Amino acid sequence: MIIGSILISIGISVGFLLGTGLILAALLILAEKRILNYGACCIDINDGEKKLQVPGGGSLLSSLAENNIFIPSACGGRGTCAYCKVQVTEGGSMIGPVEEPYLGPEERKKQIRLSCQVKIRKDIKIRVPKELLSVRKYRGKLLHKRPLTYDIVELRIELVEPKTIDFIAGQYIQLESEEYDGHDRVMRAYSMSSLPSDKNHVELMIRKVPSGICTTWVFEHLGEGQEVTFSGPYGKFHISDTDAEIIFIAGGSGMAPIWSMLRDLREKGNERKATYFFGALTQRDLFFVDELTRLQQEVSWFKFVPALSNEPAGSDWEGERGLITDVVARYMPDCSKHEAYLCGSPGMIDACIKVLKKGGMTEDRIFYDKFA
Amino acid sequence: MNLQNMNFFVSLVLIFTSAAFTDNILLARFLGMCSCLAISKKVDTSIGLGSAVIFVTASTSAINFLVYKYILLPLGIEYLRLITFIVIIAAFVQLLEMIIERFSEKLYYALGIFLPLITVNCAILGISLFMLNKPYTFWQAFAFGAGGGFGWFLAITLVGGIREKIKENELPGGLEGPAITLIIIGIMALAFVGFSGMIKI
Repeated sequence: MIIGSILISIGISVGFLLGTGLILAALLILAEKRILNYGACCIDINDGEKKLQVPGGGSLLSSLAENNIFIPSACGGRGTCAYCKVQVTEGGSMIGPVEEPYLGPEERKKQIRLSCQVKIRKDIKIRVPKELLSVRKYRGKLLHKRPLTYDIVELRIELVEPKTIDFIAGQYIQLESEEYDGHDRVMRAYSMSSLPSDKNHVELMIRKVPSGICTTWVFEHLGEGQEVTFSGPYGKFHISDTDAEIIFIAGGSGMAPIWSMLRDLREKGNERKATYFFGALTQRDLFFVDELTRLQQEVSWFKFVPALSNEPAGSDWEGERGLITDVVARYMPDCSKHEAYLCGSPGMIDACIKVLKKGGMTEDRIFYDKFA
Repeated sequence: MNLQNMNFFVSLVLIFTSAAFTDNILLARFLGMCSCLAISKKVDTSIGLGSAVIFVTASTSAINFLVYKYILLPLGIEYLRLITFIVIIAAFVQLLEMIIERFSEKLYYALGIFLPLITVNCAILGISLFMLNKPYTFWQAFAFGAGGGFGWFLAITLVGGIREKIKENELPGGLEGPAITLIIIGIMALAFVGFSGMIKI
């Protein structure tokens, strides 16, 4: 009798819990289907240039990514990196508390939004830079990883899927690191140093950032033969279509886009004069000096000026000494007819812009790619 | 005081006041502390989260009261109240979030985004469990839930206000963030303990 009543009460409680669980689960599933069903929505990109039909309810960033339009994003849609800004001209939701701190008054006036925080509930109209429409996600295999200096490596990646990439010299890709030691996957931007005509390879120059999540992964965990994923090409940094004499200034891994541009110029039979100022601390920070010197000998239009700022006074270095800004000022006292292409840290770029302006260059002739 | 003999409305007001002030869920019982520590940096967000808590405690205490009285008691399985209440609260909050998101964007950004935070908030569960200790009727349980939520709202808004005021002041490194917040809450709790015993029901 006692066992019987115990069994009954166990039965009642199990049945009750099971029933409650099932009813509530069914209710939630039904609600999600019914309440959160926004139907198919249309994303209109650049006033009808491209129209996408997507299921409503997702974020703008992920809906675009599903249709192979990749807005640059480093945090993966959590609203912390503020890279994924796009202009939403119609149909955007209210600005939420997550976005609030990242949008200035100017951006609000232009209807700029974080695409990861915009939820698609109805037809929506957005504007994105044209080159973003050709961004793809790539899978590749790492062929070589070779050290250029003690803290810079060069990666050569063979494209597997898709097999080719079309880009303009100076553009960058976003490399995706894999999970390791408790770090999530992250995306970081690196300029391509390879030739645009070498369509099934991509080369990158990566400088080790102390405790950087992605660079530590590249230096310590990424091995030759391993699969890598990235998206691209991004960026508006490229050589303009004029005849003005070119000044390149870059140090360290900032050489990547310049190296691509120089080889691209040579391949296209360029006649424009160009000078490359390569700033480094000491001789151990220099790389590709032989290659660049050879290029200088091969073509008449190119001049290579490496300069060291911290080289010990009595060393065997015969090139220029001093801060790269001083060297540029010495070589180019009047640069009002030139165009400048800079790549490097924000501090170095701002210093160079100051020197170039002093030499008579207007700001619309200075193009740069700042490493953030 | 005896609840049964009291005027119905007077009892509701008394229960609401005692739940909000003399028996403050955050400051007298120290429940719901995690979301309070996380969200009380600014008054606006404190008010948003606090309002969401008022709404959820009031509704879930009513729902849970009905479930307890008409399902758990008759079946003789009132010992399952803890797990039942947790599941009901979680499901209710999820459902509420979906409904708010769908029908009012304004309300969603004012309240809705805080709802996932309180899906498993102990203050809400605590209120549903404490109301069973007294012989409340349905409306009295509802008043108890609303009062408890209001007390939590009041407490987090006060904490938020104080934290906003001391934001500019320099603190010793070890006291920054949650540490000083806990100290503030402790001092405020002393003040609220002074209310205790004023209303005995």
